[in-house]
Amino acid sequence: MIGRAAVIALVAFMTLPTVVVIVVSVNPTAILSFPPTGFSLRWYVNALTYPQFQRAAVNSLIVTAAASLLAMPIGTAAALALERGRLRGRHVWATLLLSPLVVPGVAAGLGFLILAAGLGLLRSRAVLIVAHVALVMPFVVRSVWVSVKNLDPMLARAASSLGATPWRSFRRVTLPLLAPGLTAGLLFAVIVSANEFVVSLFVSNRVTEILPVAMFSYVVNYTDPTIAAMSSLFIGLTFAAVWLADRFFGLAAVFLLDLDR
Amino acid sequence: MARAVVELRGCTRDFGTVRAVDALDLAVHEGELLSLLGPSGCGKTTTLNLIAGFVAPSAGRVIVDGQDVTARPPHERGLGVVFQSYALFPHMSVFENVAFGLRERRVAKSEIGRRVGEALALVRLQGQGERRPRQLSGGMQQRAALARALVYAPRVLLLDEPLAALDRKLRQEMRAELREILREVGITTVFVTHDQEEALSLSDRIAVMNQGRIEQLGPPRDVYERPATRFVADFIGGSSRLRGRASGPDRVELGSGVTVEVRLGRPLQVGEDVELGIRPERVAVTPPGGAGASGTSRLAGRITRLTYLGAQTEVALAIAGGQSLLALVTEPSPMPLAVGGEVALALSPDAFLLL
Repeated sequence: MIGRAAVIALVAFMTLPTVVVIVVSVNPTAILSFPPTGFSLRWYVNALTYPQFQRAAVNSLIVTAAASLLAMPIGTAAALALERGRLRGRHVWATLLLSPLVVPGVAAGLGFLILAAGLGLLRSRAVLIVAHVALVMPFVVRSVWVSVKNLDPMLARAASSLGATPWRSFRRVTLPLLAPGLTAGLLFAVIVSANEFVVSLFVSNRVTEILPVAMFSYVVNYTDPTIAAMSSLFIGLTFAAVWLADRFFGLAAVFLLDLDR
Repeated sequence: MARAVVELRGCTRDFGTVRAVDALDLAVHEGELLSLLGPSGCGKTTTLNLIAGFVAPSAGRVIVDGQDVTARPPHERGLGVVFQSYALFPHMSVFENVAFGLRERRVAKSEIGRRVGEALALVRLQGQGERRPRQLSGGMQQRAALARALVYAPRVLLLDEPLAALDRKLRQEMRAELREILREVGITTVFVTHDQEEALSLSDRIAVMNQGRIEQLGPPRDVYERPATRFVADFIGGSSRLRGRASGPDRVELGSGVTVEVRLGRPLQVGEDVELGIRPERVAVTPPGGAGASGTSRLAGRITRLTYLGAQTEVALAIAGGQSLLALVTEPSPMPLAVGGEVALALSPDAFLLL
């Protein structure tokens, strides 16, 4: 009884901020206030038509897509190498690749900023993309590694004995069997990259900034519920992505696997 | 002399400081089933991997069908392999597993359907093509793996302990079935096993391996009845060892005045120290005092231990001179056996092996 109450309280506590944001976003009053006084979608219209949000959304799409697509093959190769390769200091490599952001975001952001400034790349999205690849990498490697651990190495041998070249064996046997891990990795990469704020703040400007940074700038300058509407859209999109992935690939099966089995 | 389909010439393979295979020469003849038999770590699986191409030799050549394939990767060798764990592709149906090798060979679609059907029929898996490997029993998975390796008519079939993962009863059934299928296909086969019964019952020839070398190579009966080395005598069938000194070209004194008649590969020199091996099933246990058949040596023994094995009982015996040997008595025993009981042992001269 106490256990159930605790769980309910915990869930309520975790979802409360989200609920507040959504409720505020449909409140017609022009200041961020709670409780609401009516229902209106005007802040959604505002959010969707605000030019800086539109530009940032495009940036977000480009950066997240590029970073995810780059991180996937690199992370997959790293996971395969960590599990299968004859790697010296495998443990050190694994720790480096897997410790998700032991470096504080501010420090990482400053590092990327100094590097980008030194290379004269501050005006380009490239720095942002590179930074995102680095930030999502631990999630990709970890997800794919789970699948690699569950992969019987004899299967690749079997494929080659049956006449498959290493590439064909990878495509017909290894890749399909890694699909759950790849899906989870991609999903993590997209979510982490899309929500990344601290490092992105350091290495972007008005032209290249992504949505979370644009939203932060908006809050600094204005206090109307447009930002709540934008946040609600963001929440909705993330939810949809997770739901779709679960629907098609069964995420529970992926996440419940024990990495150290 | 039959043609060699697979040849290993002076093949050596080191793993770090361990020499798994040591300057091995081996020729597998057209159509034969050759077993590589030995304890774990003897190099038999590495030898198979050298032939398959999964492992490259540190020195030596691998010849298949007269062509040097040493530098060729596995997918260019065109051999069939059945793995101990079967290594069926879990994300493919049984049909797709079996069709894998044909698709890699770009066989026409209609042809694939026909040949997979034939292969599944050969291993009695008709109608199972749509199932996933994990939905099959161990025996069925084993047969599916066999069909997958046979469907593209490889030059040579390599079997790596294919029966080891099955339980005892099923293993015996599958052994008989495997023999039938392989006889029907008539394919040159190399079979790795640590199970001597498997090797003796399936093989045309057995290569007994130890420490990366072949101790003896020959037909099952030769290997069993005339082991070339002490290792082979010990490993196959097990044998008791008796020390003695030759008192004639075909007589050995075992100590305390007990003498046995022997018929060995060569005449002995009087005074020569010899070590004799004798298989437990060649030792006849009889009631004490009875007269034996002519030509057999009789010696007195005392039972020190009885081990009931079901169809047989293993009898440990102490004989004169402080030596001991094992006998196998088929159950039900014609005479009562009890620890401490005195018996007479009848030993035919050709029961002895010179070690």
